[in-house]
Amino acid sequence: MPEQLVFAMEVILNGLMAGVLYALVALGFVLIYKASGIFNYAQGVMALFAAMTLVGIMNGQVPFAHLINSTFGTHFHYFGWNVPALLAVILTMGVMVLLAWAVQRFVMRHLVGQEPIILFMATIGLAYFLEGVADLMWGSEIKTLDVGLPQGINLWIDETTFNIFDYGFFIDNLDIVATVIAALLVAALVAFSQYTKQGRAMRAVADDHQAALSVGISLNFIWIMVWSVAGFVALVAGIMWGTKSGVQFSLSLIALKALPVLMLGGFTSIPGAIVGGLIIGVGEKLFEFAIGPMVGGATENWFAYVLALIFLVFRPQGLFGEKIIERV
Amino acid sequence: MNKKLATLALSALMVAGPAMAELVIPDLSYRTGPYAAGGIPFSDGYNDYFTLLNERDGGIGGEPIRVVECETGYNTEKGVECYESTKGEGALVYQPLSTGITYQLIPKVTADGIPLHTMGYGRTSAANGKIFSNVFNYPANYWNGASGAINYLLNENGGDLSGKKIALVYHNSAYGKEPIRTLEMLAEKHGYDLTLLPVDHPGQEQKSQWLQIRREKPDYVVMWGWGVMNQVAVQEAANIRFPMENFIGVWWSGAEFDVEPAGEKATGYKALTFTGLGADYPVYDDLKKHVVDSGKAAGAGDQLGSVQYNRGLYAAMLASEAIKTAQEMHGVTAITPAMMRDGMEALEITNAKMESLGMAGFGPEFSVSCENHGGPGLVGVVQWDASTGTWNKLQDFMPTDAEVIGQLIAEDSAAYAAENNIEPRCE
Repeated sequence: MPEQLVFAMEVILNGLMAGVLYALVALGFVLIYKASGIFNYAQGVMALFAAMTLVGIMNGQVPFAHLINSTFGTHFHYFGWNVPALLAVILTMGVMVLLAWAVQRFVMRHLVGQEPIILFMATIGLAYFLEGVADLMWGSEIKTLDVGLPQGINLWIDETTFNIFDYGFFIDNLDIVATVIAALLVAALVAFSQYTKQGRAMRAVADDHQAALSVGISLNFIWIMVWSVAGFVALVAGIMWGTKSGVQFSLSLIALKALPVLMLGGFTSIPGAIVGGLIIGVGEKLFEFAIGPMVGGATENWFAYVLALIFLVFRPQGLFGEKIIERV
Repeated sequence: MNKKLATLALSALMVAGPAMAELVIPDLSYRTGPYAAGGIPFSDGYNDYFTLLNERDGGIGGEPIRVVECETGYNTEKGVECYESTKGEGALVYQPLSTGITYQLIPKVTADGIPLHTMGYGRTSAANGKIFSNVFNYPANYWNGASGAINYLLNENGGDLSGKKIALVYHNSAYGKEPIRTLEMLAEKHGYDLTLLPVDHPGQEQKSQWLQIRREKPDYVVMWGWGVMNQVAVQEAANIRFPMENFIGVWWSGAEFDVEPAGEKATGYKALTFTGLGADYPVYDDLKKHVVDSGKAAGAGDQLGSVQYNRGLYAAMLASEAIKTAQEMHGVTAITPAMMRDGMEALEITNAKMESLGMAGFGPEFSVSCENHGGPGLVGVVQWDASTGTWNKLQDFMPTDAEVIGQLIAEDSAAYAAENNIEPRCE
């Protein structure tokens, strides 16, 4: 087999893996948009906030330590204990539920019935507020996140492909884990929305707020639940990306990677986020591999958007999005 | 009438008095945003050194120092706003810690007569003092860095790099592109093959670049990164099992936080430097006594001895020594920005001086002149040991390729002079 073709296969596999990571971020956007019609600009910052909270809890860091110390002249930074990863994940999820409640109670509840652009603006404010709170709560330094996930080359794939192609493929163990988790997450979310009472209520709210209210569905409860689930997805995305690069403020920028995925997959489809992620991941990596060297490289960021725009021109609602038909 | 005059005189004194009696040093810091991890320790070191001088020595020459901190978030527009809002306070020197902000400030500081110090960053050709009257980038610049990396690799290979493959992984920005021309010229001179691998901001995703490195198997990888790009690159290099001892980053890719997220696998990674390592210097005893223990440390006071803290400390030391030089030159203690510029241009850093400051060997010996605002361009090399969590010195501050760099500086600064109708000085 020609060498370039073998390399292209490796690039495609890695593109699929990268796409799963993009999809993990996009899922959070889809969940909230699906249930409330809000494009949650704060989703990337939620991933950052969740990851920072997780590391802070694991390391026994005192939240708001700088504020407390400068106010009271104390020197508390750590409680002196370490929390096991699983317990820390559960506690972080508790914090994300609290955050969901606070967002609903203090922001969204007051904006029911407002134009989508107003709600979008509110999430922009929320994003910057959360960024500041995360900074104040846990500090700005880069934190190492180790929840025990494997990282580095998968030797089995390396050896197997070497025996077949005389070239061992590189696949990161962390990407494989991310793929498995994303698959489980999507299956769980689809099952939840299809087969549970709350899931059906969530879909009802998404279809028509007023109609849902009229049959006794609590809008408040549904929105808190949706923001909590989006918080959980943000936590998963934060763990995956944070394990790669350390937990730091750049984590909030991963939202940029989710936008072309949403444009392509549609804002309302959970499978769309996954398929969109895979197409973007493979598309940008293949383009960089084939065309990048001819144009000086660094094509991935812009090519992802070009790819999304091409799909958008032919299918404005995205691959799996719902076609909006408005009748006068 | 006399009463009115007296009132006027008193008012003038009240307005002018404090400004004249203080040495104002703006600190264009970034304690927030994606690059805060690098900005915080630098700013802490910068602030703490001036606090030490105030607390221990009563300032410089009897004049207290007032640091005016302004948050830029590493954002060029905010950096320019900070400059505009602080220059009126009698700012003596700016240290923006951003190449983007530097490029915007060069014409402004030149017009306003305020010196700009861009230590190891900024516009490299500003080393030519004949063209850039108010900009200083001593003791080393990006092109010294590029040459320093190649010189180190030459030493590692018995002085011969012909046929070797070197890949440059760089931040796809003005900063990241700085070393390309130098590395290309050095490739012609030394016969190595250079592969350029740009990484878009912020650098969270670098799979394509590292797959290419894995396929093409370069002998060495040189990195020009900043922010999250550094941590991801070190992690990806470890993932593809690239030999860490063949991976060398510029000084802005060589802090503790750049390697710690990769854990043990980062051991062996190398970086360039122009400053000392750790806290094993007498100045730290004074810092502890006069600044940290008295609760006057900037930030949390937990960055002492880290790479970026030491850089901030060193930048502040160079600024304060320039202030002393200016005070001696002009015979006044309350100096103006113009006097500060003169002091920077006459700055001389000797081993004896650094020893007297409790910082022996912290940086290279050098002197600045009207023609040379860039210093000697000496570059050291350090290596990370994850087991101890420390950087260890591999190579002392060594000279770089003055011939190649001198030619590049002359070409670039001449182009700038032609664009801006600048007549060369120092004739």
